[in-house]
Amino acid sequence: MNAADKYETVIGLEVHVELNTKTKIFCGCKNEFGAEPNTYICPNCLGLPGSLPVFNEGVLYRAVKAGLALGCTIADKSKFDRKNYYYPDLPKAYQISQYDMPIAVNGALEIVKKDGTRKKIGITRLHMEEDAGKLLHLTKSGQIGDAEESLVDYNRGGVPLIEIVSEPEMKTPEEAYLYLTSIKSILEYIDVSDCNMEEGSLRCDANVSVMEKGAKQFGTKVEIKNMNSFKNVQKAIEYEVERQIKAVEEKEAIIQETRLWNPEKNRTFAMRSKEGSNDYRYFPEPDIPPIVISEEYRQKIKKEIPELPMQKTERFVKEYAIPEYDAGVLTADQATAAYFEKTAKMSGEPKLASNWIMGDLLARMNAAGLQKISEVKILPEDLAKMIGLIKNATISGKIAKTVFEEMFNTGDAPDKIVKEKGLVQITDTGAIESAVDTVIAANSKVVEEIKGGKAAGLGFLVGQVMKQTGGKANPQMVNELLRKKIG
Amino acid sequence: MAITRKDVEYIAHLSRLEITEAEADEYTKQLSDILEHVNRLSKLNTDNVEPTYYVMDMKNVFRKDEVEPSVDRQKVFKAAPSIENNGFKVPKII
Repeated sequence: MNAADKYETVIGLEVHVELNTKTKIFCGCKNEFGAEPNTYICPNCLGLPGSLPVFNEGVLYRAVKAGLALGCTIADKSKFDRKNYYYPDLPKAYQISQYDMPIAVNGALEIVKKDGTRKKIGITRLHMEEDAGKLLHLTKSGQIGDAEESLVDYNRGGVPLIEIVSEPEMKTPEEAYLYLTSIKSILEYIDVSDCNMEEGSLRCDANVSVMEKGAKQFGTKVEIKNMNSFKNVQKAIEYEVERQIKAVEEKEAIIQETRLWNPEKNRTFAMRSKEGSNDYRYFPEPDIPPIVISEEYRQKIKKEIPELPMQKTERFVKEYAIPEYDAGVLTADQATAAYFEKTAKMSGEPKLASNWIMGDLLARMNAAGLQKISEVKILPEDLAKMIGLIKNATISGKIAKTVFEEMFNTGDAPDKIVKEKGLVQITDTGAIESAVDTVIAANSKVVEEIKGGKAAGLGFLVGQVMKQTGGKANPQMVNELLRKKIG
Repeated sequence: MAITRKDVEYIAHLSRLEITEAEADEYTKQLSDILEHVNRLSKLNTDNVEPTYYVMDMKNVFRKDEVEPSVDRQKVFKAAPSIENNGFKVPKII
C-alpha cells in the first residue's frame, strides 16, 4: 500500500476579498488598485489621532449580498472590534475587524468535481474588516529575510475586505481549488469584487493537516500563505500534504507554524514566527456604533442576487442536456454562460454549441492569451450560424475548423468566409462520384484488401477522396459511395 | 484572578511600552484592584441583560460610498521621519 493511502488530508481555507466599492471602508479616500504610492491617504486611514472612522454603507451592502449568496445566515446585530498588533502596515496599531459578532455565519457552497460528483463545503463565517497598507521590502540580496528597510504605501490601508472562513471539510487539493474558484465565480456574479488573485483583490490562506485514516483527532495544522494564483493554491497544498505525510512517516513532529509558498522553488518554507503575535486582545470598537440589520434590508438585497453559478449549472443540464461538468465550466463566469446560451438558442444545437465553446473556443482563447470571452471577435450569432452550416451540410466538420479559425482571427461571418474561400461542401453526387472513381482506380491494391475483408483500408480511401476534393466532400456521402462501388 | 507582575510585563511588551520596575509593581497592584472590582460585578445575575457593546444609544451610522478628497502626500511626508520613492521608510520588521 502506498504511504499516502494511509492518510487523510484536512484542508480549511481563509479567503480575503477586497470589495469593489468606490471608497475605503471608513473614509472617503478612493479604493483603487495601482495608483502612485500614498496618493489615497487621509488622517483617517493614516490613523492620526482625533480622526473618526465612519462606516461605508456600500461595504455593508456587499458583505450582506455575499453572505446571502453563500447561503449564510445574516446577523440581526453585528459590530466591529479592534484587533491589536504592531506592524508598520497598520498605522493605528490595530485593525478594525469583526470578532464575535460577524455579519454572516453558517453558509455552504457546492463544488462539482471532474467526475461529476458534488460536494458541499461549509462556510463558518464571513466578516468585514479593513485591509492594511502594502510593504515593499528593500533588500540587497533579493531575499525578503535580508531586508534592511521597508517602504510603506498606505493606499491599500482601509480598503474594505470580507474574510470568508470555510469549515475544515476539503479532503484534496482539487477540492480546495474548486472551492476557491466557486467563491470567485459567486462573488463575480453578484458583482462585489473583481477577485483578481494576481492583483491581490482575492487572497487565500490554507490550513492543512494530515491524519491516519479513521483517526478521531485532526493532525497538527500548518498555515500556508503567499499563494498568489489559483493554480498555486492547489500546488502549494499538494506539496504541503506530501511534506507532512513524509514527516509523519519518518516519525517527525509537525510543528504548528505558518509557512510561505515559494512559487519559484515550488515548495513551502517556514516563516519566522512573531513572538506573541497571536494575542490580539480583541475588544469592541468604541468609535463605531453597532449595526442592526432589518428583515426588509435582507429581503431587498436577496432580490438583487442574480441566478448563481450552481443554479445556472443545474438549469443548463436540464434545459440543454449537457453534462454537469461542462455546464459548470460554461457557467464559471456570466459572460461565457450568456455566450453559450445565445449560441445554443440560435443554433438549436446546445450540445454542439457547448462542444465548440468548451473545446475550440476556450483552447483558442488560451493560445491567444485572451482572459474574457468579451474579447473574442466571434459573435455568438455567428458561431450559431456556423453550427447551422454544419447541420445543413453546407460545410463539413473538418472544414468548420478552418472556418472557425478564420472567424476567430477576423470576426467575419461564417457564410461570408465560406463563400469567399470557396469552402462549400460538395454534396453533388456526380462530383463526389468522379473523385471516388479516381481514388479507386489509383488504389487497386487497397481495394482488393478491402474486398478480402480488411475493412481498415476504407478509412484510407475516404481520406484520399477528401484530399482530392480539398476536404470539401461530404464525408458521409464519400463513405456510402465507396462502400457501394467496392461492394 | 489576580494579575501577576509577569502579566503586566507581557502586556507592556505587547503594547510596546517601556516601564520601570517601580511602575511594574504599581500597575500590578492597580490592575489587580480593577480586576477584583470586575469580579465583584460578575457575581451579579445578568442573565436577562443584553451585553453593552457600545455605550451610546446609537446604531447604523453610515456614510455614502462617495469619494472625498485625500490629502496631499507631501504634507504628510513632511511629518514623517524618512521617505523614499514616495513610501514611508521604516526599519525592517519581520
